[in-house]
Parts: sequence; C-alpha cells; structure tokens
Amino acid sequence: MANSHEAVAEQFDDMPQQIEASTLGMWTFLATEILFFGALFLAYIVYRHTYAQAFALAGRHTLILYGTINTALLLTSSFTMSLAIHSAQEGKNKPLLGFLLLTIFLGCGFLLVKGLEYHEDVHEHLFPGAHFTRELPAPGQIFWVLYWVMTGVHSIHLAAGIGLLAVIVWMAWRRRFSSYYHNPVLISGLYWHFVDVIWVWLYALLYLINRH
Amino acid sequence: MNATLPQTETLEIPKPPKRLLTYFEDGGRTVGSWLLTTDHKRIGILYLYSIVAFFTIGAIAAAIMRLELITPAGDLVTSDTYNKLFTIHGTVMVWFFLIPSIPSVLGNFVVPLMLGARDLAFPRLNLLSWYLFNLGGLLALYAIAIGGVDTGWTFYTPYSSTFTNTHVVTMVAGVFMAGFSSILTGLNFIVTTHKMRAPGLTWFRLPLFLWSNYATSVILVMATPVLAMTLVLLSIERIWGVGVFDPQLGGDPVLFQHLFWFYSHPAVYIMILPGMGVVSELVTCFARKPIFGYHFVAFASMAIALIGFFVWGHHMFTSGASVYSGLVFSITSYLVAVPSAIKVFNWTMTLHRGRIFLNTPMLYALGFIGLFTVGGLTGLFLAALALDVHVTDTYFVVAHFHYIMVGGMVTGFLGGLHYWWPKITGRLYPESLGRLAALIIFIGFNLTFFPQYVMGYLGMVRRYHAYAPEFQIYHVMSSAGASILGVGYLLPLIYLIWSLKHGKKAPANPWNATGLEWQTPSPPPKHNFAQTPIVTRPPYQYSAETEEHMVYG
Repeated sequence: MANSHEAVAEQFDDMPQQIEASTLGMWTFLATEILFFGALFLAYIVYRHTYAQAFALAGRHTLILYGTINTALLLTSSFTMSLAIHSAQEGKNKPLLGFLLLTIFLGCGFLLVKGLEYHEDVHEHLFPGAHFTRELPAPGQIFWVLYWVMTGVHSIHLAAGIGLLAVIVWMAWRRRFSSYYHNPVLISGLYWHFVDVIWVWLYALLYLINRH
Repeated sequence: MNATLPQTETLEIPKPPKRLLTYFEDGGRTVGSWLLTTDHKRIGILYLYSIVAFFTIGAIAAAIMRLELITPAGDLVTSDTYNKLFTIHGTVMVWFFLIPSIPSVLGNFVVPLMLGARDLAFPRLNLLSWYLFNLGGLLALYAIAIGGVDTGWTFYTPYSSTFTNTHVVTMVAGVFMAGFSSILTGLNFIVTTHKMRAPGLTWFRLPLFLWSNYATSVILVMATPVLAMTLVLLSIERIWGVGVFDPQLGGDPVLFQHLFWFYSHPAVYIMILPGMGVVSELVTCFARKPIFGYHFVAFASMAIALIGFFVWGHHMFTSGASVYSGLVFSITSYLVAVPSAIKVFNWTMTLHRGRIFLNTPMLYALGFIGLFTVGGLTGLFLAALALDVHVTDTYFVVAHFHYIMVGGMVTGFLGGLHYWWPKITGRLYPESLGRLAALIIFIGFNLTFFPQYVMGYLGMVRRYHAYAPEFQIYHVMSSAGASILGVGYLLPLIYLIWSLKHGKKAPANPWNATGLEWQTPSPPPKHNFAQTPIVTRPPYQYSAETEEHMVYG
C-alpha cells in the first residue's frame, strides 16, 4: 500500500474530505461540459427544425459504418474503464494497469477511425466552405458545420481523456493507488464515461436520424 | 457572522509559542514566490493587481468618450475610433474587471478565511485560473493594440462574423480564456463551500457573503460554457466563412443573441450578487445588529441566480422574437425584482434601530443600497415590453446598467476592499480620506449617470459620437460628473498604497466584527488559523456592548 498519508493535500483535514472534494469538483466540471456541448445541441435542434429536409438529406451522407465501429469502440472502452475502477477498488495494481492501457488503446482506436472518416468526408467534399459538395441543398452545409464542430470538440475531449488516463497509468505504475486511495482513477473514469455519453448522443443525432 | 471562538472557549488551547509568520513572510518575498504561489490570499492580491490594470484601461477609454461627448459634433475622435473605444470599455470592464472584481479578489482572499479553511479546495487550479485570466487579458490587449474591435462588447452577428474588418477573433479568444478562468474559480468556490466548512459551520451559519458568492459561482459554472461555445461558433463563421449565424449563409443571427444572452444575462448577476454579499456583511457590522431575515437574504441570492437563467429574452424584445416570448420573458424579469427587493428591505430593516457607524465601508454600503434601488427599479421599466421598445438602445439603458454595475458592484467592491483592507494588508487606511472619497464617488457617479436617464428617455441613442445639440446640456453634466468620479477613484488608489507603509498597524479585528476571518491575526498566517476554529453560534451576533471597541467611530 502506498503511503496514503502523503497523498492528502495540505488544505484538507483527511482523506475522506479530499476524496469528496475532488469528486464534487469533477461532477461540477462535467456540469459545465454539459452546458458547453449544450450550446451545440441547441444550435443543432434549431436548425434541424428550420431546415428539416436539408438536414435529413445531409445526414444521410455521414459514414455510418465508421460511426458504428466507433460507438462500439467507445462503449467497450467504458466497460474496460469500469473494470479498471473495479481493480483499483480491490487494490489489484496489475489488472488496473492492464485495463487502463486497454481503455487508452480503445480510445486511440476511436481517434484513428475518426481520422479515417474525416479523410473520407473531405474526399467527398463534405468539409464546409468553397469546395462543399453541390449535391446538397445550401442549408445542408450547416449540418456539416455542426458535424465537424461537434465531433471535433468531442475528439479533443477524448484526446484530453487519453492524456488524463496516461497520467493515471503513470501513477499506477508508481504504485500510488491502493484499495484505500484510488480516487483519481474514479474521477478520471467519470470524465471518460461522460465523453462516451456525449458520443452516444452525437451518434444518434448525426448518424441515425432520418436514415431509411 | 459565524460565531467563532469566544475567548472563554479558547482557554484550553495553549497559545502558539511564538508569532506565526504572516502570509507575506511565509514562503518568501521574491517575485517567484508570488508567481508560483498557491496561497489563496496571495492569488487574491495578484488578481487585485490585474484588475486595477484593466480597470485603468477601461476607464481611459471611458474618459476619452466622455471628452468627445462634451460637444455635439464628433470632433475629437472619428466614429470608427469611437466604436472601438466603447468596445474596449465594455469588453475590458465586463470580463476583465467586473466579473473577477469581488469574486476573484475579495472572494479569493476571504472565502477560506470565512469558512475556517486553510485554503480553497484546489489551490493549483486557483493559480491556473489567474494565469488563464491574464493570458486572456493580454490577448484582448493585443487585439486593442493592433487596431481594436468595433462590434461593441456584445459581438452581434452577422456584423462581427462577416462585415467588420477589425480583430474580432483575437478579442474573442481573449474573452474565451477569461471565461475558463471564471469557470475554474466558480468550481473552486462551489467545492470549497460544500466540503471545507469548519466544524459547526452549517449552511445556515454561513456569512451571507458566502451565500451570494456561492450563487455567483453557480452562474459562473453554468452560464460561462455557453458563451465559450458561442464564441467558438462565431470564430468559425468568421474564419472559414461558413454559415452558423449569418442569414446569407442560412444561419440565424437571433440564435446568436439567444446564446449570447443566455450567458450574459446571468453574467449581469455575476456583476451584482457579490456586491450584495459584501453589503450584507457591512450593514450588519456597522449597524451593530444581527442581519434582519437571514434566511430570506440567503435564499434571495439563490433565487436571483436561478431566475436569472430565465430572463435572457428581455434583451431581444426588439429583435423580432414573438410577442408571446416577449410576454414570458417580461414576466420572469419582473420576478427577479422580488428577491432583489427582499434584500433591500432586509438591509433597511437591519439599519432600523441599529447603532449606525458611518465608517467608510458603511458609506459605500449605504450608497450601494440607494444606487442599486434606482438601477433595479429602472430595470423594471425596461422589463415592460412597451416602454422597452421606446428606450431600447438609448442612454436610459446605459444609465440603468451603470447604476447596477458601477453604482452597485464597484461601490460594493470598494466597500469590501476598505472593510477587509486591514485584514489583507495588516494596515489601517486613513478613515477621513476614505469617507471623503466615498462621498466624492457618490456625487460624481450620480452626476455622471442620472442625466443619462433623462436624455435616454428623451431619445438620445447610445453608441453615437455625434448628437443633436439639445442633448448637450446632459452630456456636459455627465462628463463633468465623470471627472469627479475619476478623482473619487484615484483617491483610494493613492491612500491605500500610502497606507501600506504609513498606515497604522491593524489589530486582528479592527471592526469588532463576528466573522471567522477576524479571529486570526492581520495579516493572516499562511494557513490562516493556528487551530481550526470551531463554530458554535449563528452568524452576526452583534450587540450593543461590543460597539465600544470599534477602532474608529
């Protein structure tokens, strides 16, 4: 077991207080994230309502195969993240490291597939601007602006999540966690699951609606 | 405030062997020790330096505008320059002065002290927040230096995204950064208030400043992200010329206004709630009476924060929104008046039959109550659909929000700064000069902004550098008032700096106030308290006997 006394920061009285504070901090941060994405979801709803037909047509150009593979990758990564948390709670360091690395691996896989998809999107002139495809009605371009911004911001969040988990791996490597102290694993998991949940919404809104 | 350790209860605790080092001494006096500090007190002071610098810039822009407006002809600056001046003034004053003023300076300093905590929950995040704030500020200054922005602080599309040739993206990036600094500060306060209260300090024993600070933090955390994303979308439209808000590209400019005001109206309450919190502290201390209706004042803060999220549409009565949405937003806007009035009535009732000491902080508090009442009531005029159409975009609106933001928030900030100055610096400021400055500010402020109500009602439109000659008399009064106001702001700057070296040494509790922050030496040691205090009583246990011990009076 790591020296758990050392892990309590000086502003806190004891470990439970520190754990509660960091957990509440992460939940509060996630609340801000919901509002951050919320602006995009609102814009999406407004324009979906205004340009129902153009959005339905534009939406059919998203590459559902990539989207579905990515959904599978990310949902699986949430599963492995949960297993990592479980291992941390049990104080088993090796499985913890393994599941964390697996989670990172799946996250990187998501970004790779997303990159391939972006490449193909650009190839099909689905990047908004002067070269945007002429097959779609003009407001269809707004769908694609939102597609790029929403998935782009999501990917940045996922990349940040991978960075976060890399730090956690490093901490686990240094044997900083125990069944008594593993809160960083838990709150990183909260963030990871959040990024996953956002994707579930994006998948539904960008890939699935009006797909006959 | 919180009951704190009365002397009798501390007897069993042995006195620390020697004097604790103050937070100035502990950790070193080097520049590096300040720039890398995680001490909330030092970070509060770093913020103070930053916001004074930004206030000066915003004030200079205002001064040039007031000079221009002395004559009806646009003779001092061109209309383009004038547009840039009011954009500098608005952007800098809102995001780089008002929003961080009380929360990030005074809040940072006193929140952990009032809670009986050693620091905020996340000290490193707190320092990061200061760096983000300054980085954002530097970006904004850079945008100003390379030519400025002429959109006004509201960045309305499609002008900002498609038509203007000024440096919108740089400015917006600066505001975006400052927004993240706000979010981190708010998050830190929320967690600290929930989890780091001293033993016995229950929610309803919290000083009212902490309630309003908490309500402010909720707004910071829940509203700012929406602004951040809106500014991202605006920048994307501007950089790549793709449609989001520009109607020519299929976008909806009113959507921008909805998103912008969904942040910016709650942000107006970021710019008044902390002032209300300070005034609650001051009124009860200098009337030597417990606050009247503690629970009402506390819940009024939360109610203002909550209702504040549902009133944004009143900025868009003339933007083509439907009459029905106008009606709804008009009603919700009226609703905000209820908790606001509850506060004013409770402060007044606290004064009633109190033993009132007219010290500098109290002069500011009384000024706040009057000016906020005028600003708040004229807000009701603006919430009325028909009248709002008449005065939209006139000086009436300008006068209204300056009564709230300057008459309210800046007055509250100065009151709080004087009140906690002995705690922050360990020195007393010169009381008679303090009173004089408070009086000058009150007179100068009213002379500046009251004529603006009148000329606005008569039809003087805002944001014009040239105007019809019949408005000149009001503009001259306003400019004259602004020069008095300038003197009023300069005075505290001078005597507060003077007091750092020459002021009398402050005792731990110069006002004989009841808050926990007064139970530790002035200036406090690095970890605030020698022992974690234990709270046994409700806050604001002022009584007539304690008045003898006031330092001034």
